[in-house]
Amino acid sequence: MWARRVASSPAKPSRDTPMPRPRLPRRPESDLPSRILRAGLVAGIALLAAGCSAEDWPVFLPDGPIAAEEKELLITAFGLMLLVVVPVYLLGLFVLLRYRASVNNPDYRPDWESNKVDAVVWLGPAVIVVAIGTIVWEYTHRLDPYKPIPSENPTIRVEAIAQDWKWLFVYPDEDVAVVNELVIPVGHPVSFRITSDTVMNSFYLPGLAGQIFAMAGMQTRLNLQTEKVEEYIGRNTQYSGDGFSDQQFPVKVVSPQDYDAWLDTVRQSAKTLDAPTYAELAKPSEKVPATYYASAESGLFDSIIEKYVGKDAYHNRAQLNEFAGDYICGPSDRTDSTKGTL
Amino acid sequence: MLGKLNYDALPFYSPVALGGALGEVGAAVLVLAVITWLGAWKYLWKEWLTSVDHKRIGIMYIVLALVMLLRGFADAILMRTQQAIAVDGEGYLPPDHFDQIFSAHGTIMIFFMAMPFLSGLMNFVVPQQIGTRDVAFPFLNSVGLWLTASGAGLVLASLVIGKFSTAGWTAYPPYSGIEYSPYVGVDYWLWSVILSGIGTTMTGINFVVTIFKNRAPGMTLMRMPLFTWTALVTSVLICFAFPAVTVVGVQLMLDRYLGMHFFTNGGGGNMMMYINLIWIWGHPEVYILILPAFGIFSEIVATFSRKRLFGYDSLVYATAVIGLLSFTVWLHHFFTMGSGADVNAFFGITTMIIAVPTGVKIYDWLLTMYGGRITIATPMLWTLGFIFTFVIGGMTGVLLAIPPVDYLMHNTTFLIAHFHNMLIPGALFGYLAGYTYWFPKAFGFRLDETWGKRAFWCWLIGFYLAFMPLYALGFMGMPRRMEHYDMAAWQPWLVVACVGAFLIAAGIGCLIMQLVVSIRKREVLADTTGDPWDARTLEWTTSSPPAPYNFAKIPVVHDRDELTWRKAHPDIAGKDDIATPIAMPENTGAGVVIGITGGIFGFAMIWWIWWLAILAFLVILGTLIARSFNDDDELPVPDAAVALEETRGSGPLLGY
Amino acid sequence: MTDATAHRHPDPALEARDFGFWVYLMSDAIIFALLFATYVTLLGGTDGGPTPHDVFDLDRAFAETMLLLASSVTFGMATVSMVAKSKGGVLAWLAITFVLGAGFIFLEISEFTGMIAEGAGPDRSGFLSAFFTLVGTHGLHVSAGLVWILVMLAQISVKGLNPAVTSRLFRLGLFWHFLDIVWIGIFSVVYLPGVMS
Repeated sequence: MWARRVASSPAKPSRDTPMPRPRLPRRPESDLPSRILRAGLVAGIALLAAGCSAEDWPVFLPDGPIAAEEKELLITAFGLMLLVVVPVYLLGLFVLLRYRASVNNPDYRPDWESNKVDAVVWLGPAVIVVAIGTIVWEYTHRLDPYKPIPSENPTIRVEAIAQDWKWLFVYPDEDVAVVNELVIPVGHPVSFRITSDTVMNSFYLPGLAGQIFAMAGMQTRLNLQTEKVEEYIGRNTQYSGDGFSDQQFPVKVVSPQDYDAWLDTVRQSAKTLDAPTYAELAKPSEKVPATYYASAESGLFDSIIEKYVGKDAYHNRAQLNEFAGDYICGPSDRTDSTKGTL
Repeated sequence: MLGKLNYDALPFYSPVALGGALGEVGAAVLVLAVITWLGAWKYLWKEWLTSVDHKRIGIMYIVLALVMLLRGFADAILMRTQQAIAVDGEGYLPPDHFDQIFSAHGTIMIFFMAMPFLSGLMNFVVPQQIGTRDVAFPFLNSVGLWLTASGAGLVLASLVIGKFSTAGWTAYPPYSGIEYSPYVGVDYWLWSVILSGIGTTMTGINFVVTIFKNRAPGMTLMRMPLFTWTALVTSVLICFAFPAVTVVGVQLMLDRYLGMHFFTNGGGGNMMMYINLIWIWGHPEVYILILPAFGIFSEIVATFSRKRLFGYDSLVYATAVIGLLSFTVWLHHFFTMGSGADVNAFFGITTMIIAVPTGVKIYDWLLTMYGGRITIATPMLWTLGFIFTFVIGGMTGVLLAIPPVDYLMHNTTFLIAHFHNMLIPGALFGYLAGYTYWFPKAFGFRLDETWGKRAFWCWLIGFYLAFMPLYALGFMGMPRRMEHYDMAAWQPWLVVACVGAFLIAAGIGCLIMQLVVSIRKREVLADTTGDPWDARTLEWTTSSPPAPYNFAKIPVVHDRDELTWRKAHPDIAGKDDIATPIAMPENTGAGVVIGITGGIFGFAMIWWIWWLAILAFLVILGTLIARSFNDDDELPVPDAAVALEETRGSGPLLGY
Repeated sequence: MTDATAHRHPDPALEARDFGFWVYLMSDAIIFALLFATYVTLLGGTDGGPTPHDVFDLDRAFAETMLLLASSVTFGMATVSMVAKSKGGVLAWLAITFVLGAGFIFLEISEFTGMIAEGAGPDRSGFLSAFFTLVGTHGLHVSAGLVWILVMLAQISVKGLNPAVTSRLFRLGLFWHFLDIVWIGIFSVVYLPGVMS
């Protein structure tokens, strides 16, 4: 079945079988695929040059220390990884240029092995990965979304509730509520408590902070700080149904004066968020415009969580949840420095 | 009598649905018509559908995979076109359809394209590579194939009768629960995953036993070819991981059917449990998908560099380490669920660690090429495309493994680009390379090189055009799964991505042309020696295609790369091969019956047709019990027949 | 145990089946491990409804344990008869094992129906869903084992104790004892702590 073959010159293909003549792809100048490639590169660079604004590239042009550090981390890690990746390209091109059969390189070592080279192959990536790993531990703790941000300016507390297919923001300290618009004063830390009154959502403010899931019966937290007056777009990134594609909202970082003015506008609204209004609001709706509620029922956020876990369980789980730092239930609801409050 | 099934389940409520259904039904009718016109039903049943021959089962798996590739890719083109035009408007796909399409696309590509493709390649190649005549459990093999096929059938049926899930290929609750997804879509997903999961588990068990127990004498574990090693670790992963997806699928099913509270919003349910369980399966699953591809690349790099694989021991240990560590990283799929810095950091670090053995493999392959004589035939082209492209995905994976970075990028198109960057150049290019490499062994003639190269370049450039923009869009903050959007700045990138998708479509067209042209030119492309590539391992000592029993005499193995050893020692090669009486298992329809009835059971459960479900279950049970009484299912192959097989030319199965 | 399969002509095909069955059992063990993990996670999810203490009956659980343990002993006796090539002995001991196993299932069904009747069904809360699924999956496995015992009774009567049949019986034994071990886990992790809480 296999041709008994005298050990012949290893470079020659079998005499019996008409093996396809090996051909490298032709040189770039004349090859259609690479013409397409070059055109694509040009188009890509043009596109890149066309628009670099914070609105378009929130990840690269972030605001606030959290998002800025996350971006720095991204770039550092990328640089470290290049140390592993670039040698792959160099070595790859090298072996293709030197050791193609058509080049007929006399340096042919069919049985070459080397423990030393093997060791380098293991150690190199291992060292780089260990380096990135230490960064991971340090930065994951530093950029923990649950960590409150110290500041001389008072923290703005916002309770975010995911609904189908909109976001409800309650400002408990101001006793107002807003749908599909988030306004915060620049320079003040913002501390979110987040839950869902429907399926799993993911609360994401690109350019300001990382995202975190919103889940019914549970509470998650997010803390951020801002430094520029700017407008962003907040989103839900966890697919949640028909109206998912329209579940974004403007995020306005404004001066403290404008923030107070905005609060006054909200307080002039005729609507109030009591239990029946809330029930109506929670029904599925899409493309909901910014809606203001002059006052919100107190304890609304907690009542939404309790609706799913029951009042006793809500607080019992807190006591049982020592692992999460004896707080109300959320996957990890604790702060580093103080045993805080709701 | 028909449960929930009624006229409304037919796709007349929407032109898009109707179009899709007609296309699919039309294609199916065409296939059936061609088979009838060729008068091939009896041949098909006797020689293929009832076969327990691992080679034929392997080929059927790959046929299933390629068919489902077409369906899954159709979904992809629909999505890319929709996103290219749907700025500030609805596009042509309403959300309900778009959402079914992205869910079907992921489900099909993972469960019904990639898994069958790798199962098929493992089935066809591994027994020949280890010098044995069959797998350990041929009947189980057949059952596994038909269960997988019927799972695929359910997904295909959902386009025509009812709807598919809109919950994505991972079906997160509570959205996938009965409260938020009351119609049958998620049930279609559930039963197709449960059925094919059971089939895959059978394959895993089969290959663990085959590789441990059926190796030829002299083939110690450290003399096995790399593809067999990766098949072994993959099979072990399957045995350990697939129970998790079966458990979580059954739990979601119980929530939906019996009103239980595993993952509901209230009632004491815990949706985070679902996330943990599905990803305890999900992460090993992606290694199940990639390891066989790595094994294929190892074989191809060595053969086409005409050189021994560099760092064999390292590659083996790296494979085993990857397998082990794949169970330690699952939480990186949900860093944003709020588990706290300690937990997130731990899993971020384990994910870093698992990147190391993969990097080692890439370098070992390049070092294999170093000092070799490299021929760039189509399989090698796929391999080179893999090496240069996969590392980008590996890099973005390490970036995503840093929790604070993941907080920015999770569920954006950056993530989509990352995992397609792993799966397409990694897994799919590997399978296509293996398909090209072992095709002559299966059919007796090679695949056309010109069309193969065209297919490769279309796929490679199409891939870059389709997915590099998605990285950029992730940085622009675009979430995944958006049916329409309002940011004009995103559109140019999505248009480029759409162009890439069409280029990949051309690549698929080239693959089809390659097949057609090769069949036409099969006499010119014939493999008359069994070893068209001048390769190194045992499968190339059989004829092309091999006799049903693979080896007339059981080979005795002296070295890694046994065939290379034999070529270097022609005077003693084969002298100590062991002649043993050959008995091969009989074909049986029981596997087909169990598999198809499993599909009927799934369909009945989806539509609440309880009497049919019970009946199907009893048929399966009865078939299994009846089968268990049959201990005498092997047919000896008489010496005369063996002599005939040995002298038979290597004409392809299509009658040449 | 190995005597039965490794006689004068050990059949590699049958050995492969034994090994394959161990691999299957390992995957089954993972299924149970994940069901246990689910149970422990959902233990607090009682939704203000019945707690473990309210619904578990230690006497019945103890009776079930005794029945299952005894059935393992009787299966062991069947294996002894199998090694001794006593067809009648095997049939008798298998029949007794069946009765004991059926008794276990009967008690379990009565436990489940009782709980459902008093409003503590699997749809009442996450805890109960996890309980019914874990214990119910074990019960389904035992029921499958009972069917398998009936099949073996038929096969042994018809074919006698040939190598294929004894190999199959050996695997049934592995399955049966495995289920016994899982039950001990259930008793220790579900019933005992639940009653004591």
